[in-house]
Amino acid sequence: MSQSNAYSATAEVGQLRERRSRWETIKLELRKAPISAWFGFIVIGCYLFVALFSPLLAPHGEAEIFKTPFAPWDAKHILGTDQIGRDVFSRLIYGATNTIGIALATTLLSFLIGGGLGLAAAITGGWLDQLLSRFVDVLMAIPSLIFALMLLTIFGSSIFSLICIIAVLDSTRVFRLTRSVAINVTVMDYVEAAKLRGEKLGWIMRREILPNIMPPLIAEFGLRFSFVFLTIAALSFLGLGIQPPTADWGSMVRDNASMIQFAKYDITAAMTPMIPAAAIALLTVAVNFVVDWFLHKTSGLNDEH
Amino acid sequence: MHPILGTVLQRILLGVVTLFFVSLIIFSAIEFLPGDFTQAVLGQAATEETVAAFRKELGLDQPAPVRYMEWIQAVMSGDLGTSFSGRNASGIDRSRSVVDLIEPRLWNTLFLAAMAAIVAVPLALFLGITAALYRNSVYDRVVNASTLTTISFPEFFVAYILILFMSQLWFDFPAIASVNAETPFWERVYKCILPALTMTLVIVAHMMRMTRAAIINLLASPYIEMARLKGISKSQVILRHALPNAWAPIATVIAFNLAYLVVGVVVVEVVFVYPGIGQLMVNSVTTRDIPVVQACALIFAATYIILNLIADIIGIVTNPRLLHPR
Repeated sequence: MSQSNAYSATAEVGQLRERRSRWETIKLELRKAPISAWFGFIVIGCYLFVALFSPLLAPHGEAEIFKTPFAPWDAKHILGTDQIGRDVFSRLIYGATNTIGIALATTLLSFLIGGGLGLAAAITGGWLDQLLSRFVDVLMAIPSLIFALMLLTIFGSSIFSLICIIAVLDSTRVFRLTRSVAINVTVMDYVEAAKLRGEKLGWIMRREILPNIMPPLIAEFGLRFSFVFLTIAALSFLGLGIQPPTADWGSMVRDNASMIQFAKYDITAAMTPMIPAAAIALLTVAVNFVVDWFLHKTSGLNDEH
Repeated sequence: MHPILGTVLQRILLGVVTLFFVSLIIFSAIEFLPGDFTQAVLGQAATEETVAAFRKELGLDQPAPVRYMEWIQAVMSGDLGTSFSGRNASGIDRSRSVVDLIEPRLWNTLFLAAMAAIVAVPLALFLGITAALYRNSVYDRVVNASTLTTISFPEFFVAYILILFMSQLWFDFPAIASVNAETPFWERVYKCILPALTMTLVIVAHMMRMTRAAIINLLASPYIEMARLKGISKSQVILRHALPNAWAPIATVIAFNLAYLVVGVVVVEVVFVYPGIGQLMVNSVTTRDIPVVQACALIFAATYIILNLIADIIGIVTNPRLLHPR
């Protein structure tokens, strides 16, 4: 009884201070998002769904071989079969898991390396910063596709070496961006305070700087993902990336490319190599649309820098 | 000494240092090969003597710094070593020198790149500058959306779309660009139309977006606003105030994209079976022919560095603030 009558200042203040939850903010922002961003979100959602549930969705096995190679589109093989008789539609679905999974792993690794070193360089400064920056300058002086080709010659093309090579090469760009945005934050008083308080490097990186440089890093993650995705697709297309029998969109284009010459007689045959290529393009377009919207929103400017 | 000269010399020196380190990285590629690579090159049946002779030819019996000096001296004098392919266990050496392999292909690649650049550079600059001047108009939005879509396409997708429509369905342009040293000029141009068009499309999108961003950035600067507020005409603002400061970003954009062209050529050459250096590099990576890969990487990297260096220097020598030192 006494409780209900008592005036509680904390309750009132607490009520006033009630904020929109993060989820509500996201919902509000999404409602305002333009149609291109919506398109991007929906496409990315569909891809993720297919990538996660590929074994359930695919009608046939990833490397299951049927009797007729280059079979036409029909009820049994929705998109026909490829040069050795594997179901193209099933490989397309399994390809989503492999291609997206590998690109995602590579991008995460490159952010771990590039972001970590970039933050460390920005905070400690001095010789570490100089050493890392000059090293990155040299690495970036070689075009990354060429560098990747050279490294693949040495280490051979396995999925593991592919992920490591592309991640290291790509982390140079992440390093540059992280370092340049983090340097503006490291001079802030609260970072100085944390340093004086005796916090360790890892704590300052995680708790003081990282939350304040998140927006450009998230946008960069999208851009890097689409770049890595395209690089891996290009390497697989050249026959140097993901190796058979693992299904992957880049090598599917390469394997079926010769079918284009039948375009005049059977347009569906010519479409067989185009569909995986279009799948790659569609995902990159979607990611770019979302990143474009995100950059607009967070930079507060109405132009790309 | 004129301040510009100092800056330019400094920049050139930096370029040379970068080239040195890059050559060091490329040279060390052979260090990381697995120890038994001689077996892979010569075959399982290779005798001890053949292997030893091969290792001696590569100089593997000497310490790495000595080998680097010898290698770099040879490269300077135009000797890029000998290819790994064409060797066998019996010690009979049918391998070809890397220079012989690369030289005709290098010209082919340069021809293709030049063809794409001649069309792409003026077109991209025109589109970029007009899009920036008429910002947020329908024209700008259309150009912007279509280029954003094009840069998201992998090169081989653009190439196959072109092959499908231009070579199979509607027209009859050659889908395979097979040229050789004897091909007459115009026939060569005709055969290269589709690969050149592919590269043009890809590069115009990148270049146009970068030009647009650079010009918009420039037009937002305070001195342009000042010039506008002074009341001088729009063309005067552009010609007298914006353009002198625009050379640097435009040069950067062009150089960056020519460099991109050099790399993008790899995929396009493979699609169109064009006998260029990119295709050679891909084939050599497959057969793990390190000397050829090293040579190609060196050529690509050097082109890339030199183009960026030129852009830097153009940026410096056209900078109005440096041209009129106080």
